[in-house]
Amino acid sequence: MAVVALKDGYTGEVRDRVENFHGNWVTYLHWEDHLSFCAALAFPFPPDMPFGALLEEVLPTYYGMHPDWANIDWSAVRWTLDGQDFTPDPAKALKDQGFHHKSLLRFWTPGLKGPADSCS
Amino acid sequence: MTRNVSITLQNTADARPIIEAITEDNPEATVADFPSMVKIDCPGRLVVKQDSVSERIGREWDVQELHLSLITLSGNIDEDDDQFVLAWT
Amino acid sequence: MAKKKKMGLKQKYALLTRGLDWETTYQPMDKVFPYDKFEGIKIKDWDAWEDPFRLTMDAYWKFQAEKERKLYAVIDSFSQNNGHLGLTDARYLSAVKLFLTGVSPLEYMAHRQFAHLGRHLRGAGPRVAAQMQSLDELRHAQTQIHTISHYNRYFDGFHDWQHMHDRVWYLSVPKSFFDDAASAGPFEFLTSISFSFEYVLTNLLFVPFMSGAAYNGDLATVTFGFSAQSDESRHMTLGLEVIKFMLEQDEGNVPIVQRWIDKWFWRGYRLLSLVGMMMDYMLPKKIMSWQEAWEMYFEEQGGALFEDLARYGIRPPKYHDVASKEKDRISHEVWAIFYQYTHAAGFHTWDVDEAHKAWLSEKYPNTFDKLYRPRLEMWKGMADAGNRFYNNALPQLCTTCQIPMGFTEPDDPSTICFRSSEYGGDTYHFCSDGCKDIFDHEPEKYVQSWLPVHQIYQGNCGGASVEDVLKWYHLNLGTDNMAYEGSPEQKLWSQWMAGRHPVAAE
Repeated sequence: MAVVALKDGYTGEVRDRVENFHGNWVTYLHWEDHLSFCAALAFPFPPDMPFGALLEEVLPTYYGMHPDWANIDWSAVRWTLDGQDFTPDPAKALKDQGFHHKSLLRFWTPGLKGPADSCS
Repeated sequence: MTRNVSITLQNTADARPIIEAITEDNPEATVADFPSMVKIDCPGRLVVKQDSVSERIGREWDVQELHLSLITLSGNIDEDDDQFVLAWT
Repeated sequence: MAKKKKMGLKQKYALLTRGLDWETTYQPMDKVFPYDKFEGIKIKDWDAWEDPFRLTMDAYWKFQAEKERKLYAVIDSFSQNNGHLGLTDARYLSAVKLFLTGVSPLEYMAHRQFAHLGRHLRGAGPRVAAQMQSLDELRHAQTQIHTISHYNRYFDGFHDWQHMHDRVWYLSVPKSFFDDAASAGPFEFLTSISFSFEYVLTNLLFVPFMSGAAYNGDLATVTFGFSAQSDESRHMTLGLEVIKFMLEQDEGNVPIVQRWIDKWFWRGYRLLSLVGMMMDYMLPKKIMSWQEAWEMYFEEQGGALFEDLARYGIRPPKYHDVASKEKDRISHEVWAIFYQYTHAAGFHTWDVDEAHKAWLSEKYPNTFDKLYRPRLEMWKGMADAGNRFYNNALPQLCTTCQIPMGFTEPDDPSTICFRSSEYGGDTYHFCSDGCKDIFDHEPEKYVQSWLPVHQIYQGNCGGASVEDVLKWYHLNLGTDNMAYEGSPEQKLWSQWMAGRHPVAAE
């Protein structure tokens, strides 16, 4: 559908186009079943950042204060990238394994559901 | 099923005679008190009569004075010099 | 002597709104009124529009003057007598801060937009109604600013509300809501603000909130609130009349109006999730829960309204069932957002005490103990250990409502609802099917969303650090933001209260 506008051919500026982010891609991360983190987190990542940096630096910095964090069995973690099952390669860059601008990466950590299994 | 119409008035000296008039003229109305306000629900139709309010305050009440006490309402409105009606069709 | 009969209401109203217009000849009518046709709404007879209150200008001035006299007598007395000392608790002021920075600027925007309609609608009846409403909205903005000015003398976060409204991340929610409405055509604007917001939803904002203000000793807010609300009754009536008018004028208007009702119900409902949080978490003395208010004002009153509109072929707004499914969780989800981002907010949040938790448990028997109590207790534990939880990453925002994407699946309150669309080679993310539908229908409009998180990353908000951004917001760091516990406001309040209630001698 198209907007009904006073002016024929009305169109607006795409405010979040990738060119506006100084070479970064906005990337969203979300730890499932842990809603004490109220929403997915948004980051501006360089597309050639290796997935390993996300794993070793980003995730522990922003999720590490949760009591479940230390108990994650990383071999059992399930990932999806933009709704598709995903097996990350720590050595490869984000851009070389399916990420794009405004991708959403979700991960499930089996057996961990926050305090009293409240999904917090 | 007849749905309720509803009117909410401030709980003030000006509004109390209006609330009294409504409850007398609309026997099916139910009144709920909240802090600083009164919500009146009535099945289908509710009327505020100019005569009834005037009688209580001892002077001629202008139906539009209702605006000074009104908080909110629900229903289709019909207002003239003699009464204010709230109804679902 | 025969008394000269006074002119009746109907007659006076007819004289005000009929026969004063003319068909223009120097310029075609469509150039004089360029905005009221492009949306596709067909009006055959503008004179069929009638204000059920039949308010004439003389009556309008008389009643408004009376309301103003009463209102300013109360505000003046509140101020003179240090009325703020009668508040139940300084935490209550977080709700007032959110209201005055989020809603008051919208009153001014409404004033501007109704002035525009008061010029540009083709029929004299609706023009008169729009002009009156324009004046009402200006009055609301002014009275709220006067109230802000009193609180600003003693409390934090009130000092630059208009600047904040244009910049602060969570204030982009109400701001973008209103900009969306004001940038639409006149009939969509009337459907959005007058009908969907004022008629269907505004009760959920003003009524429980103002009654809550009264219960919490906030005489200033309750007074401007109810004084404004008496005007709202007229605005709501305008909203309902406009809808019926459009539906009666042409059958072709029905699907257009239905789509607007669907869109603006959802937009307004999402905006009101902030009010849900205020009701359930910010009022020290509570009136009713969000869920109870939703049942009373939407399910019951809204149900009656949509049953009445069915005769025109209008059905209840799309996704109203989703809103009802969410009624026992959205206030908790929004509180979670503000609790963890309160370091970036112009008001405080706090750890919920036991009595409050018991109230929440009673009001939300299906969700609170299972989903939210453990979360609040975990946070309390972290705070007690000296690690009060602040989320130091920025949240993903919904492209349409701009709220952090903290809402959950309609049938699963433990999983975030993620929706997305592809448009022009880009991905757009949404918190709900409602917000996604709105984007999909008018993507040209919403690709322009000024999403605060993305704007920060684009370098448009004063700098890269949180501190830079907060300064750009004009927040006073360490004063306006952060937890209530340990805030300057808490210290001040405690001193005042200690002075008022001396400890009893043993």
